Amino acid sequence: MARLNEDEQQIMRSITYREALREAMREEMSRDSRVIVIGEDIDAYGGTYAVTKGLAEEFGRERVRDTPLAEEVIVGAAVGAAMAGLRPVAELMTMNFSLLASDQIVNTAAKVRYMFGGQTHVPLVIRMPAGGGAQRGAQHSQTLESWYAHVPGIKVVMPATPYDAKGMLKSAIRDEDTVLFIEHELLYGVKGDVPDEGVEYTVPLNRGEIKREGRDISLITFSRMVHICLQAAEELAKEGIEAEVVDMRCIRPIDLDLALDSIAKTNHALVVEEGWKYYGTGQGMAAMLYEYGFDSLDAPIGHIAGVDVPTPYSKHIERAAFPNRDEIITAVHKILPQRVAR
Amino acid sequence: MAIRDVTLAGLSRETLLDFYFKMWLIRRFEEKAAEGYTLGKIGGFLHLYIGQEAVATGLISQLRNDDVVISSYREHGHALVKGVDPNKVMAELHGKATGVSKGKGGSMHIYSAEHNLLGGYAIVAAQLPIACGYGLAANHQHLDYVTMCFFGDGAVDEGAFHESLNLAELWSLPVIFVCENNLYSMGNSLEKAWSVNSLEPRAAAYGMAYEKVDGMEIINVHEAGQRAIERARAGKPTLLEVITYRFRGHSMADPGAYRPKEEVERWRSQRDPILLLAAKLREQGIATEQELQQLEDRASGIAEAASQFADASPFPTMDDLVADVMIDPTGAIAWRHQH
Ligand SMILES: Cc1ncc(C[n+]2csc(CCOP(=O)(O)OP(=O)(O)O)c2C)c(N)n1
Ligand SMILES: [Mg+2]
Repeated sequence: MARLNEDEQQIMRSITYREALREAMREEMSRDSRVIVIGEDIDAYGGTYAVTKGLAEEFGRERVRDTPLAEEVIVGAAVGAAMAGLRPVAELMTMNFSLLASDQIVNTAAKVRYMFGGQTHVPLVIRMPAGGGAQRGAQHSQTLESWYAHVPGIKVVMPATPYDAKGMLKSAIRDEDTVLFIEHELLYGVKGDVPDEGVEYTVPLNRGEIKREGRDISLITFSRMVHICLQAAEELAKEGIEAEVVDMRCIRPIDLDLALDSIAKTNHALVVEEGWKYYGTGQGMAAMLYEYGFDSLDAPIGHIAGVDVPTPYSKHIERAAFPNRDEIITAVHKILPQRVAR
Repeated sequence: MAIRDVTLAGLSRETLLDFYFKMWLIRRFEEKAAEGYTLGKIGGFLHLYIGQEAVATGLISQLRNDDVVISSYREHGHALVKGVDPNKVMAELHGKATGVSKGKGGSMHIYSAEHNLLGGYAIVAAQLPIACGYGLAANHQHLDYVTMCFFGDGAVDEGAFHESLNLAELWSLPVIFVCENNLYSMGNSLEKAWSVNSLEPRAAAYGMAYEKVDGMEIINVHEAGQRAIERARAGKPTLLEVITYRFRGHSMADPGAYRPKEEVERWRSQRDPILLLAAKLREQGIATEQELQQLEDRASGIAEAASQFADASPFPTMDDLVADVMIDPTGAIAWRHQH
């Protein structure tokens, strides 16, 4: 997060991921009257995760609309409205429910520009919280970005910090294409430095970022796992291992050059993700790194992911279902055996 | 027989003859398309509109250019009546670069921005939520265009139908939902699909204005359309159930074994919307036999020319293969190897 110049740093303050997202929407709604926000319980209830709190009061209920419980028409109508000239932000209560709207995401939003020969496009943002770790059970704890990232025609992003959340949401709202904006349910309360309201900045939707530099191994990760990797890197540093934390942040398109440059330096890589291991995002990243970065690697790429089960409810086994700091440290030791021996 | 400049149900002679011509244009166009398919020039799925011509013609003829039409995969007729160039529609069917969608959409994905014919959608009922989006945008932008959304009797059993009708009524969206009830969804007859033999209760469930109309009588279709359009301009949606029949199979690949031959024959001989209008025009002395023949011949000529245009057109190139995925070229492909 070394992007800001000194002037900007002076007016940084610490706010939550939730507040950062809300600010992004407020600023963009003030800037562009075409921006509307629709979704379930975004107004009267204040937003499922309170992200949209106050927006209806500020911008009016024409622009901030509670919808019925009808995911397909929420996304379908948002797609149509985007094609018709608006800039909708559709909020899905959680990513788990995006499956009911997946037809409109995959078969409409991602397809119309191409199949209609470039005559239309879909400037739409679909925000959705994802992820597990709060004992919400098997149907409310999923990270399904790989399902959508597989599909050409849409962008998929997963910010990990308040700074990125705000900057990327502003970029997403300004983007001419459909962006699936995947937030993490456990990050809403996380604080981080963000420039003062009104200090204009955006974060591009096709660039990752090194969140911590290191020379020994690249931790290739995104979303909440960025924070877990940073914790692991902190610990590893105590034993002299300098792990580089590579926040991929944009899943589609992916900033593979960033990861390739990182492994060219460290010659070792561990992919860390919360979602399931097989046929998913992490495997896709590892496959790309093998395909284009094989010569940089001194050891096979490691891969830590969610345990291959529906997410359990009970606390301690749920905790075991997702990667944690110590697991990452152990995996790093396995990839760097000479260091452990030392 | 003397030609009388009379009106029929308030419609001028000019309008009536225009209806007659447009219905023939659709039929001749579809016959040409069938020919192209049989010759192997048109691939994939080809769903013909033959038998249903009065629905698109009676409804879409009265729309303005800025009014939006959005439809299913059975949309050639809607496109032609909305004013899309038959050459470009036929070229699209042939997969040619001169097609409306540059040959990348095909028969099921006709779209013409300049005519506000905004898409054939091939996921049953997916166009209804999108139509709601156009309605929402019209309201937000304080524009008074209406959106006319066409779908079949199969589509009303999808969840999207219910989500869309509820939202359209709830938010007062200027959308006209037109169910072209041709009594079959592929091979499934209405009796096997609907628990109630009418859409009236479904409209009532959402408090939406509803009208059922004989889709073979173009004047009736036109009148129902007029009422629905007026309602939409005043900000209220309508569900129109139009009873019609497709004279051909579901698609060119369908021999249609599930329909009794006599049933098909009965509809063709007694309920053909073109013949029904012709009979009226003759009865009322509105057009001479010669005039009617001329209009039919003109339609045949346009269909033939479209077919020749498609034949003579080039195919898309390898550049077209990767073009137009997204506005942002860096987003179009997950990652482009450049090293
Ligand atoms: C969601 C979905 N399910 C199934 C299909 C396959 N399919 C294509 S057309 C069709 C029948 C639809 O019938 P209807 O809505 O009555 O329209 P018609 O073909 O009669 O015009 C089916 C089942 C599809 N395209 N989309
Ligand atoms: Mg049908």
